[in-house]
Amino acid sequence: MRLLLVDDEKEFVETLAERLSLRGFDADWATSAKNAEKFIDSRHYDLVLLDVKMPKVGGRELKKIIEKKLPGIKTIYLTGHGSEEDYHAGSAEAEYYLMKPININELIAKINDALGKEAQS
Amino acid sequence: MKKLLKLFNPNFLWGGSSGKGPKHRHMFNYSRLWRSAVMLTALSAILPLLAISWLDYNITLKAVKSETLSRTSRTVSNTKRTISAFLEERKSVLDFIVHDNHYTDLINPERLAVILENLRKSFGGISDIGVINANGQQVAYIGPYELEGKNYRDQAWFKEVVERGIYISEVFLGFRNDPHLVIAISYEFPDGTFYILRTSIDTDRLNEQLSNLELGAQGHAFIINTAGILQTPSHHHEETFEKIAIPVPEYSPTTEAFEYHDPYGESYIIGYAYIPGTPFILMIAKNKNEIMKSWNKTRFEILIFLSIGIIIVMIGVIGFATFFVNNIYIADQRRIKTLHQVEYANKLASIGRLAAGVAHEINNPLAIINEKSGLIKDIFQFSDQYARDDKLIGLVDSIHNSVARCGAITKQLLSFARHMDFSLQPVNLKKVIEEVIGFLGREAEYRNIKISINVSDDIPQFESDRGKLQQIFLNLVNNSFAAMSDGGNLTISAVPIKDKRIRISIEDTGCGISEKDLKQIFEPFFSTRTKVGGTGLGLSITYSLVQEIGGTIDVSSTINVGTRFIITLPLNPEKIKEKINAITPR
Repeated sequence: MRLLLVDDEKEFVETLAERLSLRGFDADWATSAKNAEKFIDSRHYDLVLLDVKMPKVGGRELKKIIEKKLPGIKTIYLTGHGSEEDYHAGSAEAEYYLMKPININELIAKINDALGKEAQS
Repeated sequence: MKKLLKLFNPNFLWGGSSGKGPKHRHMFNYSRLWRSAVMLTALSAILPLLAISWLDYNITLKAVKSETLSRTSRTVSNTKRTISAFLEERKSVLDFIVHDNHYTDLINPERLAVILENLRKSFGGISDIGVINANGQQVAYIGPYELEGKNYRDQAWFKEVVERGIYISEVFLGFRNDPHLVIAISYEFPDGTFYILRTSIDTDRLNEQLSNLELGAQGHAFIINTAGILQTPSHHHEETFEKIAIPVPEYSPTTEAFEYHDPYGESYIIGYAYIPGTPFILMIAKNKNEIMKSWNKTRFEILIFLSIGIIIVMIGVIGFATFFVNNIYIADQRRIKTLHQVEYANKLASIGRLAAGVAHEINNPLAIINEKSGLIKDIFQFSDQYARDDKLIGLVDSIHNSVARCGAITKQLLSFARHMDFSLQPVNLKKVIEEVIGFLGREAEYRNIKISINVSDDIPQFESDRGKLQQIFLNLVNNSFAAMSDGGNLTISAVPIKDKRIRISIEDTGCGISEKDLKQIFEPFFSTRTKVGGTGLGLSITYSLVQEIGGTIDVSSTINVGTRFIITLPLNPEKIKEKINAITPR
């Protein structure tokens, strides 16, 4: 199962990717939209985890770009904000929306839910 | 009746205040405003009334006084004419006698006796008659005394007759010891010699003239000479020939009147007139108090009118001042309340923005800590080397728990800051309450807390925000649970009230809230349970939620007895929207 994590906080995204890897996911990470696009272009991913607010290109904008390249790809939004904007982003697909700090088990459950599979860890 | 009493005893008079917090004070000092209003209005109404009354009083007084003086003057004038006529008559008769009779006839005692007899018959009160020649010797005399041959040449009256042709004496007792006066008239012959006809007149007739005057009980007329000696008896004054207490008035050719205050405090209106050709001054004295009796009645009426006027004006002024000041007071109360609400909403909004900023800034490093500690735990769990090291795992768990606690706070802060959309849906109040209690049922059971729900059947299904309503109840019930020890009672009741509203009361038997804390209970970050995980946001969120759905929340509490939250909610969603637009700062 291949995942791409995109968040401008390198420390966060790198650690989370490592933790997911420990749980059997093949997790790549990127700290910008540009970087993420390179990954998308080079490999196939089953699911992307996107931070809603990022400099230059935000999560939802990036999702549109990725959608074009990988139609039907599952997305989970992560956010540190409690802003109205973020909430609306989440309310459209409430189950694929998580607030930081995240609970790893909750995230795994959401990933599995999104991919329609049983937990692998 | 109560309403009437309230009108004269309104709240503001005793410094009644609704000011919440030191910032919002009343715009005015109402008891002072009321006092000023009453005083100014009363002054502006009563002063003209007093002025008119004073004017009326003085004009009436002046009129009564001048009327009294002129009436006295008139009486004096009339009396003066009578007295003058009396004396003139006798003078004319003597004049007639000297012209009608030859000197030789007059010195004939028989003829003179006839004349005296005729005079007595015609006029009465004439006691004697005598003829005095140019040398001053009485050549003929008819009367009760032996005066024939007596020489008057050196006497003052003789000189005066010689000089003026006529003499009227003052009143004197003489040998007869009976008050009388003398009239003497001279007749000049063509050769320049002369003789004098002299007669004595009793003053009884004169006195009669005076006593016949109708002057009322307190008025009397009398005659004095220029030295102030009484010439006629006076009822209330001294005896005849005594000096009167009133100073002799200055000579005036006309009748005069003046006011005289005697040393015993009595006041008199005195009218007087000098009787020409005589040493007499006619005086009429009237007791002022008697004369002014009618004036006293008028004065009493003026005072009654003034008093009634002032009472009516004061009732009106107090009533109106109270009514108007009370209206201003009520408006001011509303202003304070609105200001308070607006400030509170602004405060909540700015704290919300601040909280959101802080939460966001903290959230990212918190997420990193979370992942790092998570990774450490993962490494421990996935590696055999540390998997059984309970201490290390415990430490990491402790970091994790702390992060989770911080996360809970930031999430709460963010939710506090967030303006959620307002969505109206039909709500069954009883159902909403039961759902909320459902969440907490187990805890209640475990802690032996008895929950009673009394929702009136009269409350219809109404439109409101179900989610917000749930959160409100959850917050308040949670609060009550935290305040109660095991075995407490929680009562939730709801009844419809006027203006299409409902009143919900949530009452616990908890530890209560002190009066000091009660004032700050809805302030953000105010908590008495910070040590046991309270964020101080629960009730402040509840406050904003209640406002968002158009309601109001109030709290009352007694230490060690319990706390009661009262929420009123509108049943009409239109009103909610209006209220939301009015209070939500943008």
